[in-house]
Amino acid sequence: MFVISDEMKITEKIVEMKGTDRLKRGFAKMCKGGVIMDVVNGEQAKIAEDAGAVSVMALEAVPADIRAKGGVARMADPQKIKEIMDAVTIPVMAKCRIGHFAEAQILEALGVDMIDESEVLTPADEEDHIDKRKFTIPFVCGARNLGEALRRINEGAAMIRTKGEPGTGNVVEAVRHMKLMNREIAELKKMSEKQLKEKAKEYRVPLELVKETRDLGRLPVVNFAAGGISTPSDSSLMMQLGADGIFVGSGIFKSKNPKAYAKAIVEATMHYDDPKILAKVSEGLGEPMEGIDTSKMDEKQKMQIRGTD
Amino acid sequence: MKIGVVAVQGAVSEHVEALNKAMEELKIDEKAVYVRDVKDLNDISGIVIPGGESTTINRLMLTTGMHERIIELSEEGLPILGTCAGAILLAKEGDEQIKQTNTVLLGLMDMKVLRNAYGRQVDSFEADVKIPEIGNKPFRAVFIRAPVIERVWGNTKVWAKHKNTIIGVKKENILALTFHPELTNDLRIHKYFIKMVMK
Repeated sequence: MFVISDEMKITEKIVEMKGTDRLKRGFAKMCKGGVIMDVVNGEQAKIAEDAGAVSVMALEAVPADIRAKGGVARMADPQKIKEIMDAVTIPVMAKCRIGHFAEAQILEALGVDMIDESEVLTPADEEDHIDKRKFTIPFVCGARNLGEALRRINEGAAMIRTKGEPGTGNVVEAVRHMKLMNREIAELKKMSEKQLKEKAKEYRVPLELVKETRDLGRLPVVNFAAGGISTPSDSSLMMQLGADGIFVGSGIFKSKNPKAYAKAIVEATMHYDDPKILAKVSEGLGEPMEGIDTSKMDEKQKMQIRGTD
Repeated sequence: MKIGVVAVQGAVSEHVEALNKAMEELKIDEKAVYVRDVKDLNDISGIVIPGGESTTINRLMLTTGMHERIIELSEEGLPILGTCAGAILLAKEGDEQIKQTNTVLLGLMDMKVLRNAYGRQVDSFEADVKIPEIGNKPFRAVFIRAPVIERVWGNTKVWAKHKNTIIGVKKENILALTFHPELTNDLRIHKYFIKMVMK
């Protein structure tokens, strides 16, 4: 590790700023076009890194297992997170419960590179999300629509991802959320000043943020797809719908051949608009993870309904 | 003149936009292009290797064949700008992390790089740095999980420093930076590179 001594800091008097919006959003931008993979130990993390993942999400269990197990799902054991951080050189993310700022403080102290304030874990606060501006490290949050996304950005999220429906291996909910967000952003373009004010009120965010989104024609932060993506073609689909990158939760390590799936999804994310390459990387991968038909799910079983305010 | 940005992963659109703005200000009627395949390299006059994850970019540059082709084109004098991960890949020598991840460096510059040398994201920082080559006004340099250039030799020369660390190096047609000029609105470095391409 390179060390700058205190003596140098004093004599040179150069101010270094940490934890700025630019650094947080910048980190998220460096993940663009890449795949972030859920892992539960160092060995899986290494497989992800070797396959070309841009980052790994350190977890106690993948969403499919969390769903099957039931009960209260919490932040992973710090020992587990440290094991994963030691195993790879790429950034490591970890999840905390919605509103659980103490878990987030612990994750920041551990030195994870980004925190996912995630509906996959059992929410800790039904009223408020974490005030993410108080932290030096960046946060990613899930959203089903533009209102949720802008509220999270207003709280300081540096990256948004669709919620989809985690642990189902079914991409339909992620598609729904991405298309809805795109549509709602497109609608802003046609709105009068008065209508924009009403939208800002409805979304409970400052008017400037709504206008910024309208002017950009996209979210002001990176927007990834997550929740049910389990094959190379799922990844291509989400990228073609406008995602900046991909989270794969259970899809890799619940498949029959994690190494092959991991590599194929990385390549599919880069070549998302080249069907010939997609055909090649999809070949002979073996069985994907088993899926769940989300239309037959009880509303209460859905993780996406958590933390919508 | 056609400048390309290696578009396999990372902050690609940021470089394309910065190059386009810089060319507009320099009154050059051209647009930067996304290089997604080895054949896209055929008719370009300058290339940017952006920031992102060096391990990911490296693997995808190898599978697409861009890795080999960029080495060939560099020998023919193609101007190259590498930022952060891009700078790492340009180096001849790396550290333990580079060995551990089986990263294959392009090896185009006589320098040794250390990955994530300032620490993790919590240690990422921005600071005003002095770069005499682009003028007296300080440049806002953004360091994200940045590498450090430990040393240079041969024809590779120090181009910029922050405190006691080397943050920019140049060798004839190649410029490597450990920070992200594409994340600020200051276009001086992109303009400097465009002028390298025009020479």
